[in-house]
Order: sequence, then C-alpha cells, then structure tokens
Amino acid sequence: MENLKIDQLYLYLLRYIVVKETNNTQESILPEPTLLNPRDWQAHPAYLSQDYKSTSLRGPTRPLLPARASMQNLRAPVYGQDAISALDHDLTRNAVRNGEPIGERIIVTGHVLDENGKPVPHTLVEIWQANAAGRYVHKVDRHQAPLDPNFLGAGRCLTDKDGRYRFLTIKPGAYPWGNHSNAWRPNHIHFSLFGNYFATRLVTQMYFPGDPLLAFDPIYQGTPENARELLISRFTLDVTEPDFALGYDFDIVLRGERQTPMEMR
Amino acid sequence: MTLKQTPSQTVGPYFAYGLTPQQYNYDMSSVFDAVIADNSAKGEHIQVIGQVLDGAGKPIADAMLEFLQADADGRYIASTDEIVSTGFTGYARIGTGTDVQQRFILQTVKPGATAANQAPHINLIVFMRGLLVHAFTRLYFDDEARANSEDEILNSVPADRRHTLIAKREQQAGGVVYRFDIQMQGQDETVFFDV
Repeated sequence: MENLKIDQLYLYLLRYIVVKETNNTQESILPEPTLLNPRDWQAHPAYLSQDYKSTSLRGPTRPLLPARASMQNLRAPVYGQDAISALDHDLTRNAVRNGEPIGERIIVTGHVLDENGKPVPHTLVEIWQANAAGRYVHKVDRHQAPLDPNFLGAGRCLTDKDGRYRFLTIKPGAYPWGNHSNAWRPNHIHFSLFGNYFATRLVTQMYFPGDPLLAFDPIYQGTPENARELLISRFTLDVTEPDFALGYDFDIVLRGERQTPMEMR
Repeated sequence: MTLKQTPSQTVGPYFAYGLTPQQYNYDMSSVFDAVIADNSAKGEHIQVIGQVLDGAGKPIADAMLEFLQADADGRYIASTDEIVSTGFTGYARIGTGTDVQQRFILQTVKPGATAANQAPHINLIVFMRGLLVHAFTRLYFDDEARANSEDEILNSVPADRRHTLIAKREQQAGGVVYRFDIQMQGQDETVFFDV
C-alpha cells in the first residue's frame, strides 16, 4: 500500500514536471497516470486467426483505442459473502445425485500472482469443464458422449491470503468440434479471474502436460509461441495425494501494478 | 521480478453453466446476474437492452457481457455491506443465449457522473466463442449530450466512431429503455479500448 502511494506520487510528479516544462497550461500532455502495466500483447493471442474459424466474423478488425487512467484504475467488483458455498471448489461432490462422478479424480491448485510476483489474495476463481467422457453439460453441446448424472463441471473458490486456490475435480476428456475436419480440443479446464482491478480480468484455459492434441489445436497454437507453455499445468507428486488423486499445479499471472524506476532497476 | 502474463483464451461456447448458471437454468447459484439495481436502489430505474452482432450483422447467441457502473450518485460500490444496504451491486453478467432475439436485458439505474470530465457511463466487457481476448468498451447515454461533449474518453475517440458508444433512450410501456447494440465488425464496428 505504501509502495502504491509512492508510485502514484512519483507519476503525478513526473506529469507535473513535463506539463510545466512544456508550458502547456491548457491541457496536460501526459494522461493521468495508470496504475497497471499494459496488457502484454506478446503473451495474448491476436483477435483474428486464420486457423480458428470463429474469429473471422467476431474479432474486432480495427485497432483498440488507448486506455485512459480513469478506465484502467477501476477496482474489481464486489460480491456477496454467500456467493461461495462450502462445496463449490469440489466438483466431485457439488453436483452429486446418486453416486460419485465417473473418471479420474484430480487436484488442480496454484497461486494467482501479479507480474511482480505478488500474490493476489481473496480473489474469485471460477472454472468450468467437460466431464470425463468429453461432454459438456451445456444444452448446446451435441457431442454423442454420455452425460454424468453426478457431475456438473462448474466450480469456484476464493484464493486464500497467499493467493492460493485449490479445486478437486475429474480430469476432463477431449471432445470434437466443428472448426475443421477431425478437429478435437485438447483436455482443458476453463478459468475466469478478476484480480484487484476491472482491467486485470482474465478468462483463460488450462491444459495438461504431454497432451498430443495441443499440436493440432488452433486455439492453443494461436497463442504466441513464447507464452503458450504458461497455459500448461504441471503434474507434481507434491500435490498428488496417495491413494486418492493426481495433482496438477497451475499458477496464473495477472497484470501487475506499475513499479517505480527505482524498483525496476 | 517480472513474470509473464498468463495468456487469455476464448470463453468458448459452453460458459453458461459455470458463469451464468441461474440465467440458463442450471442447478447452481450465480455470483453475478442481470440485475445491478433492485427496486430499492436510489436513482432513475432503466433497462439497457441490445444485441451483439457479428461481422455479417447476425445476432450472436453465445456472447457474455459484464457491466460495471457507478451508482446514481456517481460512486462505485466498495463493499458487500454497501450492496446489502443500497440494493445496488455495481456489476452484472449476462449471456445472450436465453432471449429469443439474442438480446441482453440489464436492469439498473442510470449512473451519476464519477468526475468532472466524465459523462455518465457504464463499463462493459465482451466475451464470446471466437474472441480470443475479451474486449472492453463503454456505454454513454444520448440524453447527456452536454456531458458527453466534455467527456475525456469520448473526446479521445474519432468523431465519426463516437456514435457506436452512445445508447438511445426510448420511453416504453414498462419504463425507460436504452438501446445499445455491440457490433464486432463492419462499418459501425464498436470502439473497443486497450484497457
């Protein structure tokens, strides 16, 4: 918090000096300082992708206009304390009707951090996924694979004070989609996060190590090459629980607050 | 230390049972819904109604929108207690798949101005299958012409594209409706910001 104040002060001071020196009294030439680092377009996919067909009529075609601080500095939403129920993080139990869901039980855990390595505590993490057979509960999914009466495939939790989240779930199956002939999505879990700001919002997908379908998936492959591996979880015995479930570790990095030049040095 | 940002991926076609379960009749509660202001909230009660259109002008049935706004006094909600005491949540999330015309229908109050150089507005995020990174935009009100002309963000938008951010007021039987369509592409492509 102290650092934040110093950062802001520094940026305001910088702006004041530049405005003064250029003798521009009508209008500041530097916009009000933003608190966050920009979106890293070396990490995020481009809007239009030849190989991912749905982008062609849906991705914006004109350049995004630069953000102003007044948009970027907005805080993330608040929500009711009762928004999260006791079983929301446990997808093996949160939709049980007459037995346990079928499939391989897994633990998915990790930290939500910002770019500066600072944990993001008490932030909402929402997930959704296909069942073990590769079928989504969603009514639009027409894949001829069985639904599981004891599995919905949706969960959520808040990160703890150290930015850690943990889900217990069933390993999702691969499923076919209509993008091209014989197209299959790799096993994946969808993630939705907020972080501390409106602008730190992130929706992403977590993949599994060693999945042969990754090489053929236009959504994964549409992500810049040097950032793709950040979408793949890591199998680890440290998270695996004996006689119970395999463990996967998946850290998520959100945009961070700007650091002063002093700190960056 | 600098870590690399986790890349964005599309929300995909099947978000509904995870992110908007109650709206789509799944057996799970929703954290956010289509109501920002209940009847007890202070301010002018309005609906914001619109469609999300693709590059062929066709309404999109699997888009999801999120809305963040200040209350009628121009204040952003900062705590759960305030939600309980004011009937105003400040945030909504709506899928376009439950209305026969693929419309979103937001129940809210008209926001107050948050600062001198800001006209009343609602911040939006657009998600959908085929959109690899969510898109930020903003909604302004056509009956706020004077405030709009002094808004620093509207003024940063080329004049011939500003109309894509302005909702049109209509007096309907059920109350005041602002109509606001989002066009992903084309002549009137909505202005999106690199927030």
